[in-house]
Amino acid sequence: MTKETKMTVSASPHIRSASTTTGIMLDVIVALIPALIVAVVIFGYRVLAVCGVTVGTAMLSEYIARKVMKRPGTLGDLSAVVTGLILAFNLPVSIPLWMAAIGSVVAIIVVKQFFGGIGQNFVNPALMGRIVLFVSFPSAMTNWVKALSWKTDAVTAASPLAVINNMFSNGDIAGAGEPGLPTLADMFFGVREGCLGEISAFALIMGGLYLLVRRVIHPAIPVTYIGTVAVFMLIAGKGSLTFTAYQIMGGGLLLGAIFMATDYATSPMNLKGKIVFGIGCGLLTAVIRLFGSMPEGVSFSIIIMNILSPHIERITSPKPFGADKDNGKKRTGKPRRRRARRYEKLEFKIPADACRRSVRGLPCLDVPSGVHQQHHGAENRAAGEGQRAGGPPRAAARSERLQETRSAAKRRNLRIL
Amino acid sequence: MKTIKTPGVLKAVASAVGGVPVMHNKNTADKATVRMPAPERAVIAMLQHIGAPCVPTVKPGDIVGVGQVVGDSERIVSAPVHASISGKVASVGEITLPNGVVTRAVTIESDGEMRLFEGITPPAVRNKDDLIKALRASGLVGLGGAGFPTHVKLNIPPAKKVTTLIINAAECEPYITTDYRECVENARDLLSGVFTVKELLGLENAIIAIEDNKPKAFEILRNTAAAEFGSKSGVKLMALKSRYPQGAEKVLIRSATGKSVPPGKLPADVGCVVMNACSVAFVARYLETGKPLVSRTLTVDGSAIADPKNVRVPIGTKIADVLAFCGGFKEEPFKILMGGPMMGLALADTELPILKQNNAILAFAGGTLRTKRERDCIRCGRCAFVCPMNLVPTKIMNLAKAKDAEKLENCPAEVCMECGSCAYACPSGIPLVQYLRLAKTLKTEAGDNS
Repeated sequence: MTKETKMTVSASPHIRSASTTTGIMLDVIVALIPALIVAVVIFGYRVLAVCGVTVGTAMLSEYIARKVMKRPGTLGDLSAVVTGLILAFNLPVSIPLWMAAIGSVVAIIVVKQFFGGIGQNFVNPALMGRIVLFVSFPSAMTNWVKALSWKTDAVTAASPLAVINNMFSNGDIAGAGEPGLPTLADMFFGVREGCLGEISAFALIMGGLYLLVRRVIHPAIPVTYIGTVAVFMLIAGKGSLTFTAYQIMGGGLLLGAIFMATDYATSPMNLKGKIVFGIGCGLLTAVIRLFGSMPEGVSFSIIIMNILSPHIERITSPKPFGADKDNGKKRTGKPRRRRARRYEKLEFKIPADACRRSVRGLPCLDVPSGVHQQHHGAENRAAGEGQRAGGPPRAAARSERLQETRSAAKRRNLRIL
Repeated sequence: MKTIKTPGVLKAVASAVGGVPVMHNKNTADKATVRMPAPERAVIAMLQHIGAPCVPTVKPGDIVGVGQVVGDSERIVSAPVHASISGKVASVGEITLPNGVVTRAVTIESDGEMRLFEGITPPAVRNKDDLIKALRASGLVGLGGAGFPTHVKLNIPPAKKVTTLIINAAECEPYITTDYRECVENARDLLSGVFTVKELLGLENAIIAIEDNKPKAFEILRNTAAAEFGSKSGVKLMALKSRYPQGAEKVLIRSATGKSVPPGKLPADVGCVVMNACSVAFVARYLETGKPLVSRTLTVDGSAIADPKNVRVPIGTKIADVLAFCGGFKEEPFKILMGGPMMGLALADTELPILKQNNAILAFAGGTLRTKRERDCIRCGRCAFVCPMNLVPTKIMNLAKAKDAEKLENCPAEVCMECGSCAYACPSGIPLVQYLRLAKTLKTEAGDNS
């Protein structure tokens, strides 16, 4: 080696896995495609226009926001595309395109970039965009176009979930074949009214399985979320499986549980946290659906759990290797006992005239109250005789003795209670 | 000898504990160890172990033989260093080790004879104390990479009830095949070392743990044990799931015995002592010949190496000489590593000497190591999922970035063993190990100041 070489020196590890942020986002996009195809079939080509607007606006917002903030561009990680697509999936197909654009701007600029960009947003951007639109334009956001009516004459209809929940508040448990309700098979494959991406349970589950196989998402959140809703609905529906099935496939539960509650930035990282998060989402969704004023509660429940997520994570964060419960018990048990024994040994060194009250800032030691009265009685008498300034001789001696005990204890690294 | 498989439960535990499925890349597995001829000069560093550095015991102009002590220390946690070639001491100077530590070093100019030092005789070892003394004299340190003096490790206080000797032949780092070759080529030494250490320390059982991607090592050890040692009880062979970092001490103990070593504790606290396969085989050879640790096996591999091989080199040989012995570079190297790709140190200088604890020199051509642009954390949790120590690396990173000494106080950053699983798995290409090191440094500084 006579020639000078240019070598890279960096911290280990020197090899990296193949997974990248862009790859993960691309996987999410791939997983959303089946639902997109179903949406186009059921609601027509306007679906593509809505998606195009949300994705385009999202990317433009991301680009402008990063430029204005003088931060490196992040368009390449494709997260803006995912946000745009998921937002579109949460909108009715009939939404005016400018409204869809506003949703994207809110999602990317206000929710994501204002808080520091990818990974920093405290709630799911797409969901927050949807909620802002829902609150601002309630009628446009609940204008459901009848499934497959786009080729002839687009007509509007009530969403299946609204039908079921209305019946529930009237005291009826809906079953299959109710007027105004699609069949369960239609629900499964997506021939129904609703937001454009939420309609097909089949397509969403396929996407979810793809994400699981690619290890992009962990099953904990979707399983606990959907499971909790199912259990709740079974109980509320007095054991009616049909009712439960409509509840699971209706509304945005599957879309929310698979694609939105699993958002990395806004859900807990550890397994325990994910389970708590999923159950929380499930309970809130079920409660809002059955007892709230709105027919659907997926967005709000996920947003609420997003906000709670850091707290859940703090409580459930894992203990380092070897410091888990069983080991902890064995480890902490012994020293505690030893410390207790030390106190016992120390006890007979306590001066007999120690008392409960503090003497010159030093707390007194614990001794029977008789001693206490006796000595403070003497102290009080001394004070009464006007000798307080110099300090009564007995009190001074006592305080000295105490000091000795304390310093002796300190030398031996013991603590006096 | 009994062969045991990792029980299913433990396997599940092991995979739950984390780790990453790295590529094995054991390209040199079938290459028999080649002995490298004496180099022209050898640089014996005074610090080739964890602990106190040695003080040179020779001066320029001295004639030394192979195995002669050239540096020793009074301190307990230390190991003497020996001349690895015979010849004349050219100088006693200073060198900067790859990890940045500056230490003294003795440079020996070879006379080309590799003449053994006269005083070398096999040590008489009858009990534990003899063994500890002999091991200290041998200069043996953990050959797996850490370099902890073996005589200190095996000198277990009687208060700690150690029952199990675990031989680490997991070799989970990609590329490296030195432990594997030791098992294949020197199975007899290895087993005899295991029996000796186990008997002299009075341990109840010994487990030789190998990752299940090395069935040949497994078979050879089993056959050798059957042929040479009969049915001596208490030694078991265990196949571990191949998953990095299976060979990390605490992970290995968990996989082999199901016990977890609590943070800040030693393996002895859970009744185990772990030795590397090469180290334990050296013990047997040393007790037979009395020749101290003067050479070791290295894997030389990587995309830039012309002729990858396993090579036995005198300690103190310049890395450049070892590379030249392996045909030099076939491509311009982009990174040269001392150790494996997961935990090894990147070298800036190939003039540095081989140390006792080095087990590989890897050189990679540009473009053959995947690099990722560092992006913002997306909180995907992969780092936490793969961390074998159950840490949340990204959180510790944030604290380190914020220099939040107060919160770092309560975070167990020092538990991190820098295995690199987190940074390997990170899709955002964040150098998490670097941030964890920063966190540890900040913590130590905060501790020193208060």
